[in-house]
Order: sequence, then C-alpha cells, then structure tokens
Amino acid sequence: MTGLIAIASVVLLGVVAVQIGKISDIFAKIRGEEASQHESNLFNGRLGLFFVVSFLIFCVGSAWYYKNDMLGYGPHVSASAHGEWLDWLFNVTLFFTGIVFVLTHLALFWFAYKYRGETGRKSLFIVHDNKLEVIWTAIPAVVMFGLVISGLWVWNNAMDDIKEGEDYLEIEATGSQFLWDIRYPGKDGALGTKNYKLILPGKNDLGQDWRDAKNLDDFKADEIVLPVGKKIRVRITAKDVLHNFDLPHFRVKMDAIPGLPTYFVFTPKLTTEQYRLQLKKYADQNVPYDAAEPNGPKRWEKFEYELACAELCGKGHFSMRKLVKIVTPQEYEKWAAAQVPYYEQNVKGKEWDTSVTVEPTPAPVVEPTATTAVPAAAAPAEFSAAAVEKAAAGSVLQLNHVTFASASSALTPESSKELDVIVELLKKSTKMTVEIDGHTDNVGDKAKNKKLSEDRAKAVEAYVESKGIAKERMNAMGYGDAKPLVPNTTPENKQKNRRTEFKILTK
Amino acid sequence: MANVQYKDPEEMIAETGWNDHFHEHHHGDKYQSNFFATYIFSTDHKMISKQFLITGMFWALIGAAMSIIFRLQLGFPEADLSWLQPILGKWIVVNEGIGKLDPEFYYALVTMHGTIIVFFVLTAGLSGTFSNLLIPLQLGARDMASGFLNMLSYWFFFLSSVAMFYSLFLNTGPFAGGWTAYPPLSALPQASSGSGAGMTLWTVSLALFVVSVLLGGMNYITTVLNLRTKGMTMWRMPLTIWAFLVTAILGLLSFPVLLSGLFLMLFDRGLGTSFYLSEIFIGGKALDHVGGSPILYQHLFWFLGHPEVYIIILPAMGLVSEVLATHARKPIFGYRAMVYSMLAIGFLSFIVWAHHMFMSGVNPWISNFFVVFTLIIAVPSAVKVFNWIGTLYGGNIRFNSAMLFSIGFVSMFISGGLTGIFLGNSAIDIQMHDTYFVVAHFHIVMGIAAFFGMFAGIYHWYPKMFGTFMNETLGKIHFWGTIFGAYAIFWPMHYLGMAGVPRRYYSFDAFDAFKHFADTNKFITTAAIVVFALQVMFVINFFYSIWKGKKMTTPNPWLSTTLEWTTPIEAGHGNWVGNLPVVHRWAYDYGKDGKDYIPQIEPMGKDESDSDH
Repeated sequence: MTGLIAIASVVLLGVVAVQIGKISDIFAKIRGEEASQHESNLFNGRLGLFFVVSFLIFCVGSAWYYKNDMLGYGPHVSASAHGEWLDWLFNVTLFFTGIVFVLTHLALFWFAYKYRGETGRKSLFIVHDNKLEVIWTAIPAVVMFGLVISGLWVWNNAMDDIKEGEDYLEIEATGSQFLWDIRYPGKDGALGTKNYKLILPGKNDLGQDWRDAKNLDDFKADEIVLPVGKKIRVRITAKDVLHNFDLPHFRVKMDAIPGLPTYFVFTPKLTTEQYRLQLKKYADQNVPYDAAEPNGPKRWEKFEYELACAELCGKGHFSMRKLVKIVTPQEYEKWAAAQVPYYEQNVKGKEWDTSVTVEPTPAPVVEPTATTAVPAAAAPAEFSAAAVEKAAAGSVLQLNHVTFASASSALTPESSKELDVIVELLKKSTKMTVEIDGHTDNVGDKAKNKKLSEDRAKAVEAYVESKGIAKERMNAMGYGDAKPLVPNTTPENKQKNRRTEFKILTK
Repeated sequence: MANVQYKDPEEMIAETGWNDHFHEHHHGDKYQSNFFATYIFSTDHKMISKQFLITGMFWALIGAAMSIIFRLQLGFPEADLSWLQPILGKWIVVNEGIGKLDPEFYYALVTMHGTIIVFFVLTAGLSGTFSNLLIPLQLGARDMASGFLNMLSYWFFFLSSVAMFYSLFLNTGPFAGGWTAYPPLSALPQASSGSGAGMTLWTVSLALFVVSVLLGGMNYITTVLNLRTKGMTMWRMPLTIWAFLVTAILGLLSFPVLLSGLFLMLFDRGLGTSFYLSEIFIGGKALDHVGGSPILYQHLFWFLGHPEVYIIILPAMGLVSEVLATHARKPIFGYRAMVYSMLAIGFLSFIVWAHHMFMSGVNPWISNFFVVFTLIIAVPSAVKVFNWIGTLYGGNIRFNSAMLFSIGFVSMFISGGLTGIFLGNSAIDIQMHDTYFVVAHFHIVMGIAAFFGMFAGIYHWYPKMFGTFMNETLGKIHFWGTIFGAYAIFWPMHYLGMAGVPRRYYSFDAFDAFKHFADTNKFITTAAIVVFALQVMFVINFFYSIWKGKKMTTPNPWLSTTLEWTTPIEAGHGNWVGNLPVVHRWAYDYGKDGKDYIPQIEPMGKDESDSDH
C-alpha cells in the first residue's frame, strides 16, 4: 500500500511539474521575454536576500539551540587536560571562519541583488585589480599562518608520548568484532607480552604469553576505571579489523590496528562525579533520564563517560560501548586491589596454562590438534571407558566399533554402543573436551576423502550432541588420507587407516 | 538587454575561419549512418557526453534513493519498513510485523551510496559529461584527439557500472565496508558478508573505472594541448577548459595508484599475500598473515582519494566560472589568478593525502607537514571565492537556473570550505575525525557544491546538447528548494559532530552521549526526502524538455563569447559545417567598450586594445 502511495506521488509530482512548466512558458510569452527576465531578476534577487538573511539567522539560531553540544561551552567541556586546548583552538577557528562566512555570504547575495539585470544597466568592464587581489590573498595567508602555528602547537602537545621518568598508568584496549577488552597491568605496573597466535577464546582472550611473568598479575576489567589527575597511556590494539578508541568527552581518538599497536596519552581532569555536578547546572540535564519514569533519576545523575568505536568495523560497529569511570586516586587503588588477575581466574592450573610448560620446546597452544597431535605412526590405544579414565589430556584413542555405511557418513546401528560410552564419559567429567577425528585410506580423490572423513566426524559429533552433550565440548575434524596409521599398501592396512579417533583435549 | 547584433556566426566563420579541408573527407560522417553508430557505439564527443550524463543520472537516482533508505533508519528507527520488502527482500527483517533494515545492509547502502556518488556520478557523470562536451566545442576542434578511445572510455565506465550494479543483487550483499574499503574489513570475507563476492565485484568495477578515467584523461589532455584552433592560445582558453585539463592531469597521476592498491588487495584476498594484513585473529582462528600494514592501503587509497575530491570539484569550478561570467555579463574577475589558483590547488592536492589519516595511527610528527600543506590550500581557494564574488560586482545579472546554481555553488563552497579549516588542523581533527562534522563538511563542499556546479552546467549547456531549453520555472523551484533543503540536511550535522557522534552508526541508542539527537535526525531525514523529491522533479524536467522543451531559435541564446555557440543548432559530427572558427581574443570580453559581448571569433578592432587579462 505504502509502495502504491509512493508511486502515485511520484506520478503526481511529474504531472504537477509538467503543468507548472507549461503555464510558466505561456506567461513568459505573454509578457515578453525581456520584461519577464527583468521581473525574474528582481524576484530572484530578493529571494537571494531572503535566503541569506534566513540562512544566517538559522546558523545563529541553530548554534543557540545546540549550544550544549558546542565544544568548550556549557556542559560540553573537555574532561581531559589536552582537550581544553583543542576546544580553544576550535573556537578561535570558529571566530575567524565565522567572520569570513558572514561577510562573503552577505557580499555574494547582496551583489547578486544589487547588480541584477535591469533596463538600462550596463555591466562594468573590470578584468582584475592587483591591489585588491594582493590584499585578499595576504589576509587569508596571515590568518592561516596563525591557525597553523597554534594548531601544530596544540597537536604536538596533545600527541606527546610519555617521557622518561614520568609517572603514568598504562592500560591496554583491544578492539574486536564487536567489543572492547580492557587490560590493566596489575601490581607490577607493567603489561605482559601477548601473541595473537596464543589467543584461545574464553581461555586466553588476548593471547597473553603466560611464560612472561608480567602477565600473571594483569587483570581484565568490564569498565575502564581511571584515577583523576594521573597521566594515562592507553595502548590500543585490535584483534581482527580496524577499530577506533574514541572517548568523546576526553577528546581522545585513535585507530586500533591489528599488528600495529598505537597509543594515546591523556590526563583525566574531572571525576565522573564532578562532571555530573557540572551538568546539574543545565536545565536540559534536569529532566528524567528515562521519559517513562518521570520520578526516576535525572539525566545528570545517570551521566557516564563512554568509550565508543569510531572506525567502521562491520555490522556491529555502532554497539561497541564501554563505560568509563573516573574516580579519585584512593577509590582507584581500592578498586584495583579488588580485581583478580585473569591468570588466577581463568588459567592457573588449567589444561591451557602454559606458564609452567617444560622449557626446551614449549608448545604454544594454537590449535591443539595441529601441534600436539600424536605422531601419525604411533597406533592409538583402544577405546574403552577405563582407558579414557586413565588417559591424560592430549591422548588419542581409537574407536573400533564406530562404523559407517560404505562411502557415506551414515552411522551403522552397531556404532551406538561405543558412542553411548562416550556420552556417559562426557556427562561424568563435565570439564572434558574432546576431538573426533575422521580418517580414510588413499583410495579415490583426496578432496572427496577429506570431505567424507569430515562428514563422518561430524556425524559422530551430531550423535553425541543428540544425547545432550554441548557441541562446544567437541570438535569434529576430518583428515582424509593425510594421516595414515600404516602405509596404504595392502587391503588390511587400508582397513586400519579407515578409522575414527577420539582425542581428549582437556580433562 | 543592450544587444549588439553580430553577424551570423556561420557566415563569420565562412569568411574569417580556417579551412582544415574537413569537407573533402566526407559529407557528414558516414560511420554514423546507422542507429547503433549514432546512439550507442558513437565516437562523437557530443553523443558520448550525453551517454555519460544519462548514465550518471541513473546512478545519481540510485545513490540518492539509497541515502533515503538509510536516512529512514537514522531518522525514524522505530518505523515499519516492511513496505520496502518488495524491493529489498531479505534485507528487511520482519519481526512481529515490524520491518527493520538489516544492519549489514545498512552498511552496504552507506558504502554503495558513497562509491556511486563519488565515482559514478561526480567523476564520470560530471567530468565525463562536460569534458567531453566542451573541450572540442570550446577549443574549436572537430572531436577529441581519439574518438575511438573516447568511446572506449564510456564503455569501460559502462562495464564498471554493470559490475557494480550486479553486486547489488548478490546473496551475500554488496560490499559493506565503507567507500574507502579499508582492510582488513574489506579483505576478509569472514569479517563482513559484503567483503566476499561483493568486495570482489567492487574491486573489479573500480579497476574498470580506472581504465575509463585513464582513457578519457589521456584524450582530454591531448586534445587540449594539440587540437586548439588557430588563435586559441592557452591564455585565451575559457576557465572550463583549464579546469578539465587540470582535472585530467590529476586523474592520470592518481588513479593508477588506486589501481595498484586494489591489485595488492586482490593478492591479499586471493593469493595469500600479506600486504595489508598482519596478526589477525578472526572467526576463532589465527590467520597466517604477518608483516603487512593496513595503513599502507590507506596511503595508497588517499593518494588517489584526495586528488579525487579535486577531480570532482575542479570541473564544477570551471563550469561555474563560465556561467557566472556569461550571466553577469562581465569578465571573470582575475582570470590569471583563477588559473594559477587551480594549478596550485591541483599541485597541493597531491601532498595533503594523509590529512585523512591523522587518527589512523600514522606518526604524529609526520602529520605536521600535512597540516601545513592542507591549510595552505585555503589560500588559493579563498582567492577563487573572492574572484567569483568580484565577478558579480558591477554586473548586469541575468537570473536563470544556471546562474542561480552557480551562486549557490559559491555559497556551498564557502560553507564547506571553511569547515575544512577545522578538520585540516589535526588538533581539532582529534575530536572531529569520523564524526558527523566530517560528513557535513564533505557533503557540502564536494557533494552539494559539485552537484550545484553540475546543475549549473546542465541548465546552461542543455540547449547545446538537445536543442531545447529546460523549463525555467521548474529550474528555479529546483534551485531554491535544494539550497534551503541541502543546508537543512547538512548544517545540523555539524552539531552532532561537535558532540562527537560517530558517522556510520546504524543506531545511536546504545550511547547516552549520542542518543539525544533523535529530533535532529528526524528533521534531517525529512529534509532529505523533500530534496530527493525535488531532484526527481529535475529529472522529469530534463527528460520532458528533450522532446517538449522550448525550441532553440538562435545558435547563441545566452549571448556568449565562446566557440560552442558558433556551431549550428543541430551540429553533426565535426561540429562546424565548413571552416573551423579562428579565435582573436580571450573568452571573457563581456561589457567591453560599451558592447554587451564580443565573441571570440570577432577580430580585434583597429583601435581596440587587448583586454589585459
């Protein structure tokens, strides 16, 4: 229906346009071309004056209407030290450009009106005027010189990195689709090293290297909490695509780039509480925060500093919000002391704790299957409930009674016996995660073999899942003929290579 | 209007013109004797210019309609969009009877809107149309240096359009990573569904587009340098031609850099190289790419991207200069200063690209240089503005649609240019980067302004293209509605930018700092719909007037000095029937020695002094 209305209005618009066109042509003809042109000159010249006056009023009026959003005015003052200079520069630029804006607009539309075509008017033959041109080249040049010098001064101060011996707090912000991870250095005051290859979602979100002792006391925070008056260096990184660390109240903005850490140094000047009290003075902040709750908290009472993303990062770009709280140094100390290091909470003593891995060849846990796989030639142990109980994480057991219809991934009915044992085991030890590996012999197309083995592993996974085990605890892999147990020389050997393995990832 | 009657230009050229033996080759053009050769695979620059214009208008409507759809999302986030389902299909997600725009597709619309308007409309549609139409006509040439390459230039643009158009219908959606296509988002299909086939087609389309620009540009430059008629020295060329020349040089030097950047992107996507990718963990996997830098892409992109904004605005400046002088019945003020400022702007446009990247992680120290060069551009730009205003001073101004849009252009260029002074200063850019302040700035200075230049050009040269006039009343409604409406759309965005509202947000509800602009966003969207309707009216006027418009009765309706108005009303391929016109003076003898105008083909009088421009 709305579509019909839309089409109808377009058609109507077309008809109206054509009719106006026809009528105006007829009128022009009746009045005579020159007369109607002069009439039109007067009318449009006046319209120009009307336009410029209403436009300039609109500019001033809108500035008044939005005064609470203008940089450095009213409630929109900078909450950081360098930001004040930035606001100052903005307003200086606004002053000079404002003068140019008003004068040129008045001249443009005034001249257009004043020198409109009329009977008897002759245009002046002015080709150029050197003196005038020198003046109007020199004035902008001088003004620009001033703006450039002050701009560079503000810029270089704002972008200064920490100098040696300065007291500061470094935190790290890592953007990923579509959230921010905030890491604090912990008691030692230093952030530990990280490596993107070590990232394990839920187990090591940032890819911290646990062999680096500096990492062991680092903690992750749900909100950015910072002490007022302290120099903060934010190390800005990204996991997947570009993001941008944007703190609008602090005039802080810097891209987060995978593979290339950036930084921004700033000093928070007002605590959240202080900023709220400033806002309290303004009428538009004294309205209910939530219109549905007229007696609820006022806008200023609910004010929070916010972290946003300001570089397009995908469909969730608009939702990367994090709270920022600026508190007194004492409050900060108290808060920081209460935080539990990520290592203590999520890693220590767990299967993925690599901090104590035997030194010579510490295997970084990237994809457990690839790096910790048992050498292909070693025959896996037979699968049984007892064997699983005994086996350590990383062990591989062979499922002998899980079989499939020929060239298909349909499980045979007799497979269920062994699979039900697996289900029981997974139900009993709730922390155990496993991998199901499918293998084939080398008969036929490699790609098809890989696909078949994958499908077969997935069929096993699906069966186990159907018995109430979370899919997240299993990982189905198909290797095709890439990992033969024995050389594919005899039918017996081929039979041995066609197998399904059960690997314990964690226990 | 005090009007000196000159001899019919045809007679004049027959007497004083220069015989290039055009007649002796063939009468008319035997290669254009059938429908296909005349209207489709034409090598006549006049036909090619119409092809560029109409293709550009097609894209302009699509690009603008896209902006209306995403503006609906921003202005009326609660509204039910299920009525768009017949067009947008699965991209409207209907939940409990309420249709919502899919965020993925919102970003696709934003991306396509930018790509289409910047490249297809304001590069091909503007420079392609008017360079083609005016370079041979205003220089006194029979056609472009190579009519064949000129034809190819259009057809590569057409192919590029086809690839982009096709991508709109992909199951995974068109590319959705912003018109700048920054990697890794654009390089990794797992990062965004539009970065799959959509991005591949986007890249292919732009590669074809670069070919089109290069073929066109080479032609424009060669024609300007070699095919000027007798007496047409460089300093006698109209400012339009200077603008097209500088534009073509910029395009020739900068587009290949984009092409190389796109090739590296294709390698990263398809061949596993790591030019732009490093240390990425995505979709639960750590990728093997190490050592690349996404910032390298940004350098390559903006090395084109910045000159590109001048590729867009310079032709508009040229058209406006010409239209202002003609309808003010006065010489353009400071002709040489205009040329030098265009050359200066063209040169500077190559050394300011990193001002798009102040907050991208480039060394802050390097930004110092880019701030200085960027803000220097304000000087030649200011000179141009003062010269345009100076041209109006003391004129005898004829207000028509072309003139109004030229005046509107100057207003837009002032408004948008001045906000550039804020953004060019890196310190202010810390707060403004990637906010609505930027959106407001570039839409006014190179979006609306360039469109105004284009409209001025269309209204002014429409009789040259079609032999009829567009309707003036509708043209004036179009102008006044659009200038009020365009400011209503973009002016409030400055305040959003000051508050720090980031661009490219699907919704502002998540942030307390950004969500209190709901009324402003409603206002902007409403204004956008009105302005869009006015553009539809323009398109109706355009096509209606081709067949039903007021017929042209004299070859020089604006009493203009330049050569394009000396050809017959229905000029064939070759433009002039007999001799080529010979030029005796510059293009701006308006109001000289008490005469309303003196055409360029008029020999200097005995006592007449050169105009000392």
